Amino acid sequence: MGKFIRLKKGFTINLAGKAAPKVGDSASTDTVAIKPDDFHGVYIPKVVVKEGDTVKAGSPLFHDKKLERIQFTSPVSGEVVRITRGEKRKLTEVVILADKSTEYQPFRKYTVSEIANLPAEEIKNQMLDSGVWANLVQRPFGVLADPSVTPKAIHISAFDTSPLGPEYSILFKGQDHFFQAGIDILKKLTNGLVHVNIHTASDLSTVFSQVKGAEINKFSGPHPSGCVGVQIHHIDPINKGDVVWTINPFGVIQIGKLFLNGVYDASKIVAVTGSEVKNPQYVKTVTGASIKSLTANNVAGENVRYISGNPLTGSNVGKEGHLGFHDLQVTVLPEGNEYEFVGWIMPGANKLSVQRAWGLFSFLTPGKEFKLNTNTHGEPRALVQTGVWEQLVPMDLLPGHLIKSILAEDIDEMEALGIYEVIEEDLALCEFADVSKHNVQGILREGLELIRLS
Amino acid sequence: MKFLRNQLDSVKHNFEKGGKWEKYFFAYEAFETFLFSPNTTTDAKGAQIRDAIDLKRLMMTVIIAMIPCLIFGMWNVGYQHFLATGQSGSFMDAFLIGLTKTVPIIIVSYGVGLGIEFVFATIRRHPVNEGFLVTGMLIPLVMPPDIPLWQVAVATAFAVVIGKEAFGGTGMNVVNIALTARAFLYFAYPSQISGEVWTLLGDGVKPVAGYSGATPLAVAAASTGNVVNDFGAFGSGWADGIYSLKSMFLGTIPGCIGETSTLMCLIGAFILIFTGVGSWKIIVSVFAGAWGMGLFMNAVGSTPFTQLPAHYHLVMGGLAFGAVFMATDPVTAAQTETGKWIYGLLVGVFTVLIRVFNPAYPEGIMLAILLMNVFAPLIDYFVVSANKNRRLQRATV
Repeated sequence: MGKFIRLKKGFTINLAGKAAPKVGDSASTDTVAIKPDDFHGVYIPKVVVKEGDTVKAGSPLFHDKKLERIQFTSPVSGEVVRITRGEKRKLTEVVILADKSTEYQPFRKYTVSEIANLPAEEIKNQMLDSGVWANLVQRPFGVLADPSVTPKAIHISAFDTSPLGPEYSILFKGQDHFFQAGIDILKKLTNGLVHVNIHTASDLSTVFSQVKGAEINKFSGPHPSGCVGVQIHHIDPINKGDVVWTINPFGVIQIGKLFLNGVYDASKIVAVTGSEVKNPQYVKTVTGASIKSLTANNVAGENVRYISGNPLTGSNVGKEGHLGFHDLQVTVLPEGNEYEFVGWIMPGANKLSVQRAWGLFSFLTPGKEFKLNTNTHGEPRALVQTGVWEQLVPMDLLPGHLIKSILAEDIDEMEALGIYEVIEEDLALCEFADVSKHNVQGILREGLELIRLS
Repeated sequence: MKFLRNQLDSVKHNFEKGGKWEKYFFAYEAFETFLFSPNTTTDAKGAQIRDAIDLKRLMMTVIIAMIPCLIFGMWNVGYQHFLATGQSGSFMDAFLIGLTKTVPIIIVSYGVGLGIEFVFATIRRHPVNEGFLVTGMLIPLVMPPDIPLWQVAVATAFAVVIGKEAFGGTGMNVVNIALTARAFLYFAYPSQISGEVWTLLGDGVKPVAGYSGATPLAVAAASTGNVVNDFGAFGSGWADGIYSLKSMFLGTIPGCIGETSTLMCLIGAFILIFTGVGSWKIIVSVFAGAWGMGLFMNAVGSTPFTQLPAHYHLVMGGLAFGAVFMATDPVTAAQTETGKWIYGLLVGVFTVLIRVFNPAYPEGIMLAILLMNVFAPLIDYFVVSANKNRRLQRATV
């Protein structure tokens, strides 16, 4: 039996522009892109295609020089139109112009009973060659999973509490048997358990709750209860030397489709959200789809920011950008590049704050949906530990002390304070709420990389 | 607004990199961000939205919480002056006397402190931090009303330079800056900040017959019989019942400008706790520590002061003000949640200990908080170690 864990700490950011519970017409996607920067732990990506090559869905585009076995494959069939490089000729993206109908690279098909008897090595090979492996994230450090290790457990968060986060019951409706097949596959890759963590209050879709062969753990509480790092901490914490893998339900379903249908199927439903979207709703598309195809004719205003992912952990990819590999959400928010006269003292009911400091009245209207822009609302200042971070992290972990130890580059201290248990998303709320406007997620990543590369 | 913005924009390039006043950029930035919230947006990666709070707003909340103490304190300065000199005057008369005494102290405190902050920010190339907004108001509130202004200036300068900037500026200081200023005055100019200095008499004004400027703490320390009876007898003839429990709670007693009224401090505490800016754990535990120690003294002590009912300790002297505004300073207090309880309790305990057993200096809260400021990192060390040990033990299981 799984666990039931009630979390109290945290803060749910209630934003305007939630996706309506309907799935819109499949936006015809023109270009798709795969970006090595979406994966931590890629050392030097080596491109295996040239501009002008034609590829099928599931054909390799690049792989890492160190972890050679992991192929990063094309989500669609089409023509490689652009290979972009940044500073020091570092690969930044491979862009493919998609065909009208997708042609798939064939992989071996298995029946449900065959899957039950598959050896782990055969599973790994098929996953690595097809590109579904890239869905696996390894903790500590939140890097690409290393195929040569056997993780202690595999964790799947089956709900999203982040601001404007998609409802998974809509995203994965009707995918039950693919999800089940994915779980059956994943079970073979670990000596421990596969945990599926669901929310008590969410609209319980049978996709997750009826799954067999996995531990079903129930969670309740505000954000970040949906962050898999927080869940791991309460189910089976990561100690020094432990390795666990995490994967989102989309990845599990993709694995299931690979083994049952023999294809690398990158089609997914994403939520198009945010206060600047005219009709926020769900849209059928593919991994790495262009932002333009997802938001065409559906954005009000010009001075807006296109974010791949949610407003706490996403990236500003721009109107011409592409969806990140792991992202199931696009958010369009107003830019906040305006001055505000004595804005630091002006009272306002439209300013959201975790605290109730002078003039911030958001607590009076608990159900209100806020329309936030990207303004920092203040300038970087000296780090002052006000105690608010500790109220936002529902773990037995001291975020303030951890961040300070990273700033001091004290590796022993970071280890002792539990840096192995967190990645950026787990502390994203601290960054949101920081009075001195530190880049908490960036600092944490620096600490993680410092340990990983030392 | 538009005009101001244009003015700022027109001179801004001079302060930016390569401009002729480049090194004064942070001084300019402080003014600019004071007038206008900046137009900066979040980075491309990470949190795309930010909480509406910033350090300025946080500090402003504390200042607002101090306003009841400030207003009451101004009135009380005049009220005590009238009592001591046998005059009478309206509420406004009393308030104006306090206003004319207090405002110069506030101006000197802010002027000197912010001046030093700007100089350091310019030399060290860091932004002007808003921490001094609160310190600059705390310093006047813990001064006697007739303190010479030059002493305020010297104390503020000492506190900001030695107490804060020497340690690396806002967020790095070990001890509370306003209390450093107060402690500096106490040790450097003891005659002006101890004894019967708490009532404003004015030059050449004779006090009424029977007048004594002794504070409740001094009365208690000097008592040879029953302290409560001595309180009752004090002021008879010129200010009957001045040291009753009620007037000590309301704050109509001589003392520092802003710290006499327990009631006003509690209003401030409510604001701080409600807004979440001040730690309720520290405030509650300071009071609890002082009360508990008071009870303990009652049980084991033999001198008259030890037999003072414990609840008197909570309304006398600066305990309430210290508990609400000084001990809660997030930088110098314990930073772990468990540590806050220990820290607060010990502040309360030491306050009463110092009051009762230290004949030289009857008020204990200042020294108790300074002492615990120094020990706060040690308390945190043990709490953090416990956290680390839990993680270690888990690993070996």
